[in-house]
Amino acid sequence: MSEARDQIFGDIRARLGRGRLDPAANAAAEERLNAHRRNLVPARAASLDHAGQVALFIAEAQAVDTTIARVANAGDVPGAVADFLSSQNLPARLVMTPDPKLDAIPWDARPMLELRRGRAEDSDAAGITGAFAAIAETGTLMLISGELTPTRNNFLPDTHIVVLRASEVVACYEDGWDRLRTAGAMPRTVNFITGPSRTGDIEQRLVLGAHGPRRLHIVLIDDAGG
Amino acid sequence: MEPTSHAFKANAHRALGDANLQRAMTMMRTGFPEKRAQAIARLPEFEALRDEGIAIKNHVIAHLDFYLERFEQNVVANGGKVHWCRTAQEARETVLALCRALDAKTVTKGKSMVGEEIAINDFLEKNGITPVETDLGEYIVQIRHEPPSHIIAPAVHLVKEQVADSFRATHTHLPHDRVLEEPRVMTDEARSVLRQKFLAADVGITGANFLIAETGSSIIVTNEGNGDLTQILPKAHIVLASLEKVVPTLEDASTMLRLLARSATGQEFSTYTTVSTGPRRATDTDGPGEYHVVILDNGRSALLGGEFQDMLRCIRCAACLNHCPVYGAIGGHAYGWVYSGPMGAVLTPTLIGIEEAGNLPNASTFCGRCESVCPMRIPLPKMMRQWREREFSKRLSPATQRWGLALWAFAAQRPVLYRQVSALAARVLGFFGAGRGRFRALPLAGGWTDMRDMPAPEGKSFMTLWAERQRKTRRVS
Repeated sequence: MSEARDQIFGDIRARLGRGRLDPAANAAAEERLNAHRRNLVPARAASLDHAGQVALFIAEAQAVDTTIARVANAGDVPGAVADFLSSQNLPARLVMTPDPKLDAIPWDARPMLELRRGRAEDSDAAGITGAFAAIAETGTLMLISGELTPTRNNFLPDTHIVVLRASEVVACYEDGWDRLRTAGAMPRTVNFITGPSRTGDIEQRLVLGAHGPRRLHIVLIDDAGG
Repeated sequence: MEPTSHAFKANAHRALGDANLQRAMTMMRTGFPEKRAQAIARLPEFEALRDEGIAIKNHVIAHLDFYLERFEQNVVANGGKVHWCRTAQEARETVLALCRALDAKTVTKGKSMVGEEIAINDFLEKNGITPVETDLGEYIVQIRHEPPSHIIAPAVHLVKEQVADSFRATHTHLPHDRVLEEPRVMTDEARSVLRQKFLAADVGITGANFLIAETGSSIIVTNEGNGDLTQILPKAHIVLASLEKVVPTLEDASTMLRLLARSATGQEFSTYTTVSTGPRRATDTDGPGEYHVVILDNGRSALLGGEFQDMLRCIRCAACLNHCPVYGAIGGHAYGWVYSGPMGAVLTPTLIGIEEAGNLPNASTFCGRCESVCPMRIPLPKMMRQWREREFSKRLSPATQRWGLALWAFAAQRPVLYRQVSALAARVLGFFGAGRGRFRALPLAGGWTDMRDMPAPEGKSFMTLWAERQRKTRRVS
């Protein structure tokens, strides 16, 4: 429908009272697009040191029903996961993304945890993923899709456990974008996740677990001295 | 949907007498404004962020062709496709052709106001494809064969007993006498029904809160996660977006997102903010095989350069609905089309014509709350006034109103006559109303006195009192 395209662009330019942008305006818009300049970033997180940002991340995440367990090192993660599952009366069966970041964790230390590495299916009641970053400003996790990090693992299981390192906590969304641009090309999906799934569509009464996970639990490894 | 905006007065009248609706609206009127106020109180930079958001949108509007072209280039560079549609009909046909090419039987849908605007569900259904709304509120109104009544809370006009009745009538595979009292139980039921739909769908359709020129991405914001299951699991992801949704960069989108959730639901950030770029990559193990963005104009480009241009800044947060005394009294259905509340009163006439929607800009007390809470500071009351002027100059307003205004104008242009007539009216009304101080009924003013009393004047007009006061002060000095 290139005829429609031509007409839409023609109408836009006619209403704006010009043809295509003149070279100077075009160059200015181009520059604006490529500079990735930040607009105002709230002081809430940006004014804190990293330990303060981690503390803020925890407080903000907990305020939206995320639960968090802090552990000293990767060796404590399997125990923290097992403890959480038993505290919720959940079976110790999990699907885990084949994310290399999760491989460093000594899962064998807890042979009671039954782990399946791969893509989540509807029958998976609980899952473990890593995260790309975490945003202190609003207690938000940032996850990206990729060969070893399928997006569906963030949504299909009823219980989503995220293993996060304190060094992955950044102040704001803009810090997350910078990390992503450094890491390489834009992935198919970037998920910002702030708490478990919820709805207020019936009489505005908050119900957790509308379509995505009912529970979002973070095991936070204190690897940053924070 | 077939608009009934012309019947606004009858619709509103019915709404005021609807007990369930009135119960639901009472819950709605307090919830949203309180949460918004709390969220904004927590963010000292909120006003400054509003200014920055407005600057971003104004910049985009002035460079709309540039950013749309750049968006398209980047969608294509990432393996997706952009489809340009001038009208609702072109958009419907585009979506149908995409679904047919994939031999689609069922389509899951995330909430999309553009989808409502082009009435995509009816069209797909007529053509043998089953659309399934997956946002809980949208699902509820779909099974009730109703349109959404609010742009972010589609079923806000219902009480839970009505939802329970609809679930019982639709989910006939479950025991009829099951207990459906709590929203928790009803949500679980919808979750298990819809989970199977997600897994079976051939195509997923979502809207877009923003399009990003820099990366060719679309962003959706949800709380339920339905928009994500809608786009990850099927063979193709179709995005429905209107052309003013584009912003330059991820940084600009971040600023807009800081405003959106706080203004809409009073959340710091919505539960799921998802940035989608193209189809699944060659090495990905999930994600849609195709990514299509359908960009709709449908009268929007005609707003550029005109008195309603600022309406293109609207980010569909619904703060204006949530704070509007008129919307709060009658709900969204009375407005008779897709968009309701103050933003609907301004936008609807631009999209379906002032002839059909002329009543909507009149549905305002001009209290100004809509403009004061609009994150984009859109001058909604001013625009409603502009529509009223257009309606008047096109001779679309009712004859009695036109005669009344003409009579008033005749007198107002003749100060002596005006003073004499108003002084006489004040004396006469003051005389008859002296006992009670107010009138229950007045000739020719039934529209006013049917709903409330008219206070009786105290016997002298303002001009008379003013003249007396001036004489007194002169004597003193």
